[in-house]
Amino acid sequence: MTGSESVLKGLMLRGLAGDGAAHARMLGALGSYLRAYFARRLGAQAAEAEDLVQETLLAIHLKRDTYDTSQPFTPWAYAIARYKLLDHFRRQGSRRTVPLEDAGVLVAEESAEEGAVRRDLGKLLGELPERQRGLVEDVKLTGYSIAEAAQRRGLSPIAAKVSIHRSLQRLARKVADEDR
Amino acid sequence: MKTAELVQLLSEDAGPVRARPVAPRLIAAGLVGSLVSLGLLLALLGLRPLGPAMATPSFWMKGGYTLAIALAGLLAAVRLARPGGRIGAAAAVLAFVAVCWLAMMGMMETMRTPAAQVHHLWMGDTWRMCPWRILILALPVCAATLWVLRRLAPTRPGLAGAAAGVFAGAVGATVYGFYCQETTAAFVVVWYTLGIAASGLLGALIGARLLRW
Repeated sequence: MTGSESVLKGLMLRGLAGDGAAHARMLGALGSYLRAYFARRLGAQAAEAEDLVQETLLAIHLKRDTYDTSQPFTPWAYAIARYKLLDHFRRQGSRRTVPLEDAGVLVAEESAEEGAVRRDLGKLLGELPERQRGLVEDVKLTGYSIAEAAQRRGLSPIAAKVSIHRSLQRLARKVADEDR
Repeated sequence: MKTAELVQLLSEDAGPVRARPVAPRLIAAGLVGSLVSLGLLLALLGLRPLGPAMATPSFWMKGGYTLAIALAGLLAAVRLARPGGRIGAAAAVLAFVAVCWLAMMGMMETMRTPAAQVHHLWMGDTWRMCPWRILILALPVCAATLWVLRRLAPTRPGLAGAAAGVFAGAVGATVYGFYCQETTAAFVVVWYTLGIAASGLLGALIGARLLRW
């Protein structure tokens, strides 16, 4: 666990400095931990674990400016995961509580397999405005880098970045609205 | 969309990010809000003559108390603004000590006061208005503070809202001190505290809905 804390934190710090590859590795590793964490706590609704994984990764990404780099990383990520789990139970109207555990439980187990996704984020993406969707699909499906995708669409790299960022925030709002 | 694709997408969005400073933003919200509150006070009630007021110890007693509570609310809000944040011992101890200190002063006033005047000592002339006025003066600060918190990531939204509300209430009460002519600690510890608590409750109710993300 101490090992994963230092690894994850290192990746997070590099990601915050603008290293996209490190950011992706951090999210990917965290994804496996989150999958195991949610699956164990959802019990019968384990199929929804993957939705929560994605929602949490999105939240971690969008709220990464609230991470205080002088503090350990795992507790911060764990707090977000637990918050999303509680939020999930609250939306379902169940009064379940989630015990406040040591943040180490988050990285105690790993499950690498991706489960089924109930909510189709692909469909949500389809509701984005044409311009934003095209850009997102270029990057997501075709595997262009941002710079290449921007060039294809006749945008500056900065404009493309801003557009993708907006799409993500829109996506987060949509996810939240849908569940309300 | 597969999670791996989401990760890929998010990594494309990973420009350099600097940590969002929490305390400076909340303090700025407090300052901006208090200016609006002061404007409200001037428009609705006006000031009392400040020169003579500042010469009295009660002016500083009130200000010291409300600023101590404001600081406690601010400390709690700063910590609660981030994922996993709690109220924190410093804020809890500060608020507790401030209330106890003023309550003790109120008790001492009571012992020094003839029985016939004790009622007036605690109720003053304005107890009906005081908590409401504090609550109204707290609103601009409360709105500004919640707006700042909304951009952060409190994982206990109700509690974060309550801290913001207490902060706002105490700043509003500080502003109200420029008008209020009550002079006893007994009055302040009851009616000011009630106004601040009402603001805290309002903040908790709003925060529990508004601060979700």
